[in-house]
Amino acid sequence: MNDFRHVGKPAPRPEGGDKLTGKARYIHDIQVPGMLHGKVKFSDHAHARVLNIDTSRAEALPGVHAVITARNTPEIRMGFLRDNVVLKKDVVRQFRDELAAVAAVDAETAQKAVDLIEVEYEPLPGVFTPTEALADGAPLVHETDVRGEPRTTNLLDLTFAHESGDLEEAERASKHIAEGYFKVPLIQQSCMGTAGCIADFDASGNLEITTKTQIPFLAQRDFNHALQAIGLSGRTVRVIVPTLGGGFGTGLDTHVYEYLSILLAWRTGKPVKMLYTREEEFAYLSPRQSAEVRIRQGCDANGRLTFRDIDVLQDNGAYTSWGATFPSVMLVPATSLYRVPVVRFDSRIVYTNNTYCQAMRGYGNPEVTWPIESTMDMLAELAGIDPLEIRRINCNQPGETTPMGMQVTTCGLAECLDIAGARIDWAGKHGTQRAASRGVGVASLMHVGGGGKIYRSDGSGIILKLDDYGTVNVSYGGVEMGQGLHAALTAMVAEGLGVRMEQVVINQTDTATCPWDVGTHASRGAFMAGNAALLACKQLRARLFEWAERYYPAEVERNLSRLAKRGDAVDADAFDYKRVTREGFELSDGVLYPLAAPDCAWLRVDLGRFLRAVHFSERGAGTMFTQEAFYEPPTDLPDWSKGQGNMSANYTYGTQAVEVEVDEETGEVTILKLVFALDVGRVLNRQTLEGQAYGAIAQGIGYALYEEVKTKDGRILNPGFTDYKLPTASEMAFPIELDFVETNDPAGPFGAKGVGEPGLVPTAPAISNAIYDAVGIRIHDLPITPEKVLAALEQKRRCEAAVTNPR
Amino acid sequence: MKLTVEFQLNGRAVIVEIPAHLRLIDLLRDTLGENGTKEGCGEGECGACTVLVNGRVVNSCLFPAPEVDGAEVLTIESLMQGAAKLSPIQQAYLDNGGTQCGFCTPGMVMATVGLLGETPAPTDDEIRDALRGNLCRCTGYVQIVQSIRAAARTLREGAPA
Repeated sequence: MNDFRHVGKPAPRPEGGDKLTGKARYIHDIQVPGMLHGKVKFSDHAHARVLNIDTSRAEALPGVHAVITARNTPEIRMGFLRDNVVLKKDVVRQFRDELAAVAAVDAETAQKAVDLIEVEYEPLPGVFTPTEALADGAPLVHETDVRGEPRTTNLLDLTFAHESGDLEEAERASKHIAEGYFKVPLIQQSCMGTAGCIADFDASGNLEITTKTQIPFLAQRDFNHALQAIGLSGRTVRVIVPTLGGGFGTGLDTHVYEYLSILLAWRTGKPVKMLYTREEEFAYLSPRQSAEVRIRQGCDANGRLTFRDIDVLQDNGAYTSWGATFPSVMLVPATSLYRVPVVRFDSRIVYTNNTYCQAMRGYGNPEVTWPIESTMDMLAELAGIDPLEIRRINCNQPGETTPMGMQVTTCGLAECLDIAGARIDWAGKHGTQRAASRGVGVASLMHVGGGGKIYRSDGSGIILKLDDYGTVNVSYGGVEMGQGLHAALTAMVAEGLGVRMEQVVINQTDTATCPWDVGTHASRGAFMAGNAALLACKQLRARLFEWAERYYPAEVERNLSRLAKRGDAVDADAFDYKRVTREGFELSDGVLYPLAAPDCAWLRVDLGRFLRAVHFSERGAGTMFTQEAFYEPPTDLPDWSKGQGNMSANYTYGTQAVEVEVDEETGEVTILKLVFALDVGRVLNRQTLEGQAYGAIAQGIGYALYEEVKTKDGRILNPGFTDYKLPTASEMAFPIELDFVETNDPAGPFGAKGVGEPGLVPTAPAISNAIYDAVGIRIHDLPITPEKVLAALEQKRRCEAAVTNPR
Repeated sequence: MKLTVEFQLNGRAVIVEIPAHLRLIDLLRDTLGENGTKEGCGEGECGACTVLVNGRVVNSCLFPAPEVDGAEVLTIESLMQGAAKLSPIQQAYLDNGGTQCGFCTPGMVMATVGLLGETPAPTDDEIRDALRGNLCRCTGYVQIVQSIRAAARTLREGAPA
């Protein structure tokens, strides 16, 4: 426990009531007078030349206001590498390529019109795996680059690599080497609220767009470029964020549908809404990348890691989003999870004619933590060391600098390993339950916990505005998407300023009213918001106390006269309230009082009353209290080609331990218990923190056992929840024990670290390690389906039979 | 073809003329402007659109609107007891972290109303079974199950649903 009044308490989330009563306004719920609805004509081929687009029948349909194609609108370039254009003219490179868009009186009419658009194609050969795409003579997904220069390969010009130490020497010095080849699937973020936006121009050409985004300010920048492209340079862009309905990384880029809404609104002069159905979300919104990871790790006779060597091959799909930079975060565990002196990491990101991909929670981390933690177990077996013990031997320590140059401030990994081991009964259960097909597994994680610098600023601004009644209106540019940012920020503002939580009101995120923020990603929301809030609170308190020197005494006198009227005797000479200096004031729970006399009722002045006294000062010298602050964490933008740089102000560590049972008849894996010990720095709001941990674990379990977007030649085969299996309440029917380690990090607000993503990082390796302990098989491609388990068991039986009965 | 349907929505009589093919969710959201009910998939897989028809839990995205003729329909809006007053089930969700992004929440809450109407003291397995048609991507269901457990306790102690 701590001495805080608000921080760390299990307070309900402030926006929870609106969500529970159906009052929260998602993009789905927002109607604007005169609003049209947009729908998109997507490509019917994965790779083809476009010979002709005939929109005449669509244009003739009653209710249609506009039909746009590349031939009747300006070109808008978009994407992380600007390798995508909003409307495709001559070539389509994936099934979801946008050829035309319609605005009509309702979505049904718009869809009817889309179905009337006729496109003539000349199909081209496609490439559908990175290996195919890199083969000699493979068809090129992009024949030219952004500058129009011819391309010769499907390999992207993005380098994320690292080399430290002498790899050959380290290999020679290794006693044991474990290696493996692992594959992770394409998966869908599966926000329960699908994607959408409403774009509208005012009569001067200024754009207002309400959109489901996690990056309002980077979106504003992108949409500014779009306005330039359509000849509206100098007009303003206002981005408003509705209640989100889940983010999980889907909001880290601007999307084609947003630009199409903008173009249709510009063309028609009316607000235009685009809203994806679930099927459209699956087929036309970018999923998480699939990747192949080759890994080798070595250790000495005592189990000490000697080197780690990782190659990543990532399927980018046809265009490039921010999510293509997953290897930037893969570098975190690759170089720095456990102490490893020599590291080589390389990544290749490859264009294919598959759907292009984007960010999802964990951002590359789960993709490599699974191979790292699987081969840690393999190494332990080779070295004859207990898997939990080999992790203790190589455990990260506070104060260390990792091969990537990450400066570890606090590190609770050793404690997390101990807690997870104890709570799963590692000593009693590991290696002892093979007869019952039961086993235990363990895996850890390291993630950025103090921002993650991937842009020239990793900063966040905040504005605190006090009104006449002591309400603190908070304008913060980050996005509440369900993770609990507002709950944490409410507690931190209340604590930092000295007001009650119900006095804190967080405004809707809106670029017109909130200061700049790079975006809500990298588990940075609460860390950044808290640090910015604490800066603002400190300055605001200083100003309040400065003004209190002049206005506080009169308020005490009002207290005294009220008490006198009631006949209550007060010894007003007992404390010299007229001479309290700015250093002598305190504000707590929304009450101003002298530090020297905290318990004296007649000296206590309600904040709202004090603010009104200052505002309505008869001397005409009043003031308002509004305070802005900007926090930029003390971190480096890494040199990605060298994999060097301290990209975060602190690092989050944790360990999951899991017990499973494998049904050897059906191949089904049942989780019996999961333990998650997480170094959170400081608990800011226990209820929402637990929610983040439980929810991430469920996503980790989906990744490990159930989820995969299936494709054939670039076409998505399971675009819905009927065939794409999310964990349901039935799959989550096992006990989960959470244990939060508080290391009180010096960079964190109240000591806190970022916790949004970590929970899904170590889940798959913990489960696959437990399956190995249970039945002695190791599956190398996720998800670990019953079919794969049965096939591996069968192969193991054949191998054992061959050993027992050699021919 | 248009049909006239007459039904009780959250305790109030409604008479409305609708196209014969209309889905219940569109009648609620588009025709009647009751936006609390959410559409997550449109194919009966996610449960975000869960409402009660004559006390029975249904997916309003699959339910033909004409079939509510003569029926009693309850949506999330039925639970609000004036501003700033949550029902015991909603309060239990709030106190136990049962909502995160909130998009599945109205459906979850209505599935809970249906469950506790029939089974006032459900086991955890019965709770999970009742939620098998309601997907949530945020919570891992743990705090939802805790919320329902807490709501059941409150209701058994005599608070009105």
